[in-house]
Amino acid sequence: MDKRMTTADVVGALRDGMTIGFGGWGPRRKPMAIVREILRSPVKDLTVVAYGGPEVGMLCAAGKVKKLVFGFATLDAIPLEPYYRKAREAGELKDLMELDEGMFQWGLRAAGMRLPFLPTRCGLATDVVKLNPELRTIRSPYDDGEVLIAMPALKLDVALLHVNVADRLGNTLVTGPDPYFDHLFARAAEQCYVSAERVEDRLQLDAASARSNTFERYLVTGVVEAPFGAHPTSCPSDYGWDISHFKRYAASAGEEGGWQAYVDEFVTPGEAAYQEKNGGAARLGTLPLPVF
Amino acid sequence: MTEKIDFTLAELMIVAASEAWRGDGELLASGLGVIPRLGASLAKLTHSEGLLMTDSEAFLVEEPIPLGPRGDYQPRYSGYMPFERVFECVWGGRRHAMVGPTQVDRWGQTNLSCVGDYAKPKSAMLGVRGLPGNSINHINSFFVPNHSRRVFVEGEVDMVSGVGFKPERWNDGERNDLMQIRIVVTDLCVMDYDGPSRAARVRSLHPGVSFAEVQEKTGFPLIAAPDLCETAHPTADQLALIRRLDPHEVRATAIKGNPPGIRPAS
Repeated sequence: MDKRMTTADVVGALRDGMTIGFGGWGPRRKPMAIVREILRSPVKDLTVVAYGGPEVGMLCAAGKVKKLVFGFATLDAIPLEPYYRKAREAGELKDLMELDEGMFQWGLRAAGMRLPFLPTRCGLATDVVKLNPELRTIRSPYDDGEVLIAMPALKLDVALLHVNVADRLGNTLVTGPDPYFDHLFARAAEQCYVSAERVEDRLQLDAASARSNTFERYLVTGVVEAPFGAHPTSCPSDYGWDISHFKRYAASAGEEGGWQAYVDEFVTPGEAAYQEKNGGAARLGTLPLPVF
Repeated sequence: MTEKIDFTLAELMIVAASEAWRGDGELLASGLGVIPRLGASLAKLTHSEGLLMTDSEAFLVEEPIPLGPRGDYQPRYSGYMPFERVFECVWGGRRHAMVGPTQVDRWGQTNLSCVGDYAKPKSAMLGVRGLPGNSINHINSFFVPNHSRRVFVEGEVDMVSGVGFKPERWNDGERNDLMQIRIVVTDLCVMDYDGPSRAARVRSLHPGVSFAEVQEKTGFPLIAAPDLCETAHPTADQLALIRRLDPHEVRATAIKGNPPGIRPAS
């Protein structure tokens, strides 16, 4: 069994109109090497499901987003995601499902457990219910009779994740302090592709290290070795996010032809050129982890 | 005669923010932003040692972590609190967060999503984030560094992200008894929603600020709390703790112009 493939193989498996979930959280551990491959491809009309970071902004800027299912879009160090903001303010993103962060993981969980919905109180009495008329409520069948939102399963055609370590069988390790919700994305998806800083032949771990495995390999369709594949987002414990790249990216959103210039400089030339443009392995490997 | 103590408006607001958590016992205190975080940290180090806090990433700490570059300081962890566990905490109600919404209305509803028309907003912000779930499940306080009619809007907030006390927003069978709004700390005053029918009240005015000024800069009617007073000045002990929690003086950038705590007479 060998699940190793390339980013081109992953994007070759994508189809127009698919619902794609992106792991990570804001500017943290996003599968950016795969995102850049999507930007180089003709794939379009995507439903993007994400705790949004730069992948949301970039896919919006490239006109590839038909629908966005999200709780936020941010670069943290730069609070407002520049291209998400631009797309929203231009009225270009019409099909939106804006959800509470907790409801969002609840929908992924329902999908992973093959349930049509899970009940939650979150979202009631807010515009989340008003703006998403597809959200229905359900009354508790027990004596309390409480009315709750029936958060529908967020089923994904594909989940795209980035982790620290994987092996050819599809075993994965997240060595940073927080696994975020990657395991729920993996469970909610028909197919799950994982890029990793390092892909080994076989993981052979001690008990403490094995606890960094957050989902089973039977969920993993393919693994891609993509060193610095989360850049410019962070990949703890390997490297932090690249604030100077974020600034450059954010500034481009305010420039005439800024997105095309960004694409020409950082996306079109490919991943090897991308790393060189950003200082090469020597710099990328030493980007400091953010201090909070 | 007591010694005169100089303090900034930011320091006054940190002390006011810390009061939000007084008496909360054991729950997760989340201060989002410089002043709320320092407020929560000060609360834990003074009147509310039972509070739980994180390193703002994924670990619990019993000693609040100073802001900014840490030098030789090594955090000591007492537990683990990744985002997934934060949701479990939120839904269980054992949290009190102080957040900075973009808009707040007379019903205590908040907005973090966008200003203007939803389909084509004048300003797109972060998104609702955790506000819907936080606001309906646990205690919340608000932090507003620029008290104005743009924040405290006349009608409803443009996109209701966090729940409030507007009866029309609640349908039969929905539980609104788990939510609680504690206080609102602004650069002018401290408010709450404990007036008749949950009306917004001013509890204390920062030194040199009048009720009339606060009303003028608020888009909805306010009432004065019966025991309306001046916001408590920081003590020397509190200021020493604040300096320890914020050795790089990040708080000096929290309020525009870093004004003094006592307004110079105009």
